[in-house]
Amino acid sequence: MPMDKQFVVSSSPHGGIAEDTRSLMLDVIIALTPALILAVFFFGPRALALTLVSVASCIAFEFLYRKLMKKSVSIGDLSAVVTGMLLAFNVPASAPYWIVVVGAGFAIIIVKQLYGGLGKNFMNPALAARVFLLSWPGIMTTWPKVFEMLPLTGSTADVVTAATPLASIKAGTLPDLTVMELMLGQHGGCLGETSALVLLLGGLYLVLRRVISPRIPLCYIGTVALLTFIFPRGGVSNLNWMLYNVFSGGLILGAVFMATDYATSPVTKGGQIAFGIGCGLLTVFIRYFGAYPEGVTFSILIMNACVWILDKAFRPRRYGAVSLKKAGAKDE
Amino acid sequence: MALTFRGGVYPDEKKDQTRKKQFENVPAPASVVIPMLMHVGGPCQPIVKKGDAVRMGQKIGDNVAPVSAPIHSPISGKVVAVEPRLHPNGTNVMSVVIENDYADTLDDTVSPRGSVESLSAEDLLAVIRDAGIVGLGGAAFPTHVKISSGLGKVDTLIINCAECEPYITSGHRALLERPEEMIGGVRILMKIFKLDSAIIAIEENKLDAVRVLEKVLPQRSSPIKIKVLKTKYPQGGEKQIIYAVTKRQVPPGQLPAAVGCAVFNSDTCAAIHNAVTTGMPLITRGVTVSGSAIANPKNLICRIGTPLSDLVAASGGFREEPYKLIMGGPMMGVALPDIEIPVIKATNAFLAFSQDEDKFASEPTCIRCGRCVEACPMNLMPVYMYMYYQKEMFPELDRLNVADCIECGSCSYTCPGRLFLTQSFRVAKVRLADYKKTLAQRKVAN
Repeated sequence: MPMDKQFVVSSSPHGGIAEDTRSLMLDVIIALTPALILAVFFFGPRALALTLVSVASCIAFEFLYRKLMKKSVSIGDLSAVVTGMLLAFNVPASAPYWIVVVGAGFAIIIVKQLYGGLGKNFMNPALAARVFLLSWPGIMTTWPKVFEMLPLTGSTADVVTAATPLASIKAGTLPDLTVMELMLGQHGGCLGETSALVLLLGGLYLVLRRVISPRIPLCYIGTVALLTFIFPRGGVSNLNWMLYNVFSGGLILGAVFMATDYATSPVTKGGQIAFGIGCGLLTVFIRYFGAYPEGVTFSILIMNACVWILDKAFRPRRYGAVSLKKAGAKDE
Repeated sequence: MALTFRGGVYPDEKKDQTRKKQFENVPAPASVVIPMLMHVGGPCQPIVKKGDAVRMGQKIGDNVAPVSAPIHSPISGKVVAVEPRLHPNGTNVMSVVIENDYADTLDDTVSPRGSVESLSAEDLLAVIRDAGIVGLGGAAFPTHVKISSGLGKVDTLIINCAECEPYITSGHRALLERPEEMIGGVRILMKIFKLDSAIIAIEENKLDAVRVLEKVLPQRSSPIKIKVLKTKYPQGGEKQIIYAVTKRQVPPGQLPAAVGCAVFNSDTCAAIHNAVTTGMPLITRGVTVSGSAIANPKNLICRIGTPLSDLVAASGGFREEPYKLIMGGPMMGVALPDIEIPVIKATNAFLAFSQDEDKFASEPTCIRCGRCVEACPMNLMPVYMYMYYQKEMFPELDRLNVADCIECGSCSYTCPGRLFLTQSFRVAKVRLADYKKTLAQRKVAN
């Protein structure tokens, strides 16, 4: 053995967990895939094409920005892929392709990269882009009817449309669907938000893989469930009103995949619980009293702005910062 | 339900490679290098010079500083050099180099000190100091100082058998093979502290050792109780083990005695026992030699001052070219620049890793996943501390109590962005202290 060999000297600890940013993002992509497959089943191959365009645009914008700004190219961390999928999930399947390209540009450049890139943005890029895209309300609130296969190319202007369950709920009536149909997602809505069931499965996968903690989704969905159960509308049973509220619109997609976005949610336990409850409260308020039928997007973005203060408020108690007596000192 | 603390991580234990390996003796080397710094506190002054003949167990270095521990020759032979040599900490430290005459002639001072009953607490404390005993779990704080600082304040004596670092099994093996030594040491400590009970705290991955101990210490009647801890890192951290066992929290900047506790490592107890019963100072120790680059991982007993290359040779050599050498465990151990560095009092393990065990990112990036906050056993917020450190915002770092960091490595270990968290806080603590000093000086100047 040559003894003149140089060995690597570095600070402890030596080694770490197997997971890295890329593997975590890959898990999110895996968790989103069932909902994508179901979207293709409901709306036709256009749903897949739209998602692919969105993902490709996000990657392209990230690549170009980093190259032009002479920064390291970071597309390998797959975070742009996640943003692209979530962006596509948040537009109607009938939306023209250019709309996700515009959305991707806004999400990646304005919301993410200008604030320093991965982990530094304070708003969820896909949700912020969705709000930006509401500048085209005609496109963003046209909901294609399920099983009316959308054309892969060409205009979708004459698509058969359907009311979303949330539109009925806003009007104070239950939609004309069974709870099971609602949960499976056989109704109008954004491309990836309709099937609560597969989204929850994806969430379960992420929790089991320890990619996310269940705190935010449980507190978020729990708060919505509780409030709608206590305050039903339209003279229906508390339970029904609650179930239709929970499984309609973007709540499950938002609670599982958007509110849990690392960069834009608190890192403290208490902060995460408060964040989830805050999202739930705002969602119900907007659904009940707002002008817009859905409140998930706005709620999460508003709570994104509170992350700093929540982490500050729920900072873990300093170890040993208890009174000496409580800490176990002997009686003097 | 096993006892534990909040936070922590679950690194792959990797203890199976040596868990069943009985201790083997490494032959005393042709020459030993004994650094005069093997403890926390003042370095020893060599009290021998080149050409002196020394005997096994003879004191060769001492310091009158209150926090220090004397150092003894582990072999008999001739002093061939007193000069700075490469130390595990990466610098050159004054060392005594002794050539072995292979006679192991004992020094006259090495003789039994009498029965525990016949010796007073003061006598026992003096024996512990004279034997150069330091914390053998890796911290190397002089044991007599630790005892003295707790005298009269301690109501709970905790024996730390957690051995929570991956790979290391030397403490576990000692419990299985020589439980009476550790228990003897515990009884001595009980006598010194005037306590009629003690608690042995051990992780639940060592239930075989629990069974061995229970045979010697029938739990119904024995004043020495065994408490099983959850297998989690850093369960063996002093503050963590105190909390797990007593639910007491040591206030920031204070010693365990502040909450009536004293914690001693199991190997330290065994060394105390041996010093009292045989008069032999601390000149040998058990070392786990393991890691992916070691051909035949083992538990070895060797003289302090033995070059690590001898330990590797006794473990079948390298299986492949090592990439990194570590003294101690992978979580808190020190990476070594050289293989000829000697075993010191605190060396509980020597690991040789091949390259694939390192986890690096070309550009460490925080994704704010919050795992570090969840993992920190001191309830700190590494993600924000790191941010402030990078911006050199010292008042904010102070507000986040960066000085509380015990450098256990849990945050870095669990970071998917591969941030150098622990390393940053190690530096941040020093720089914050400097910053505060400058601030205070400025105030005085005004």
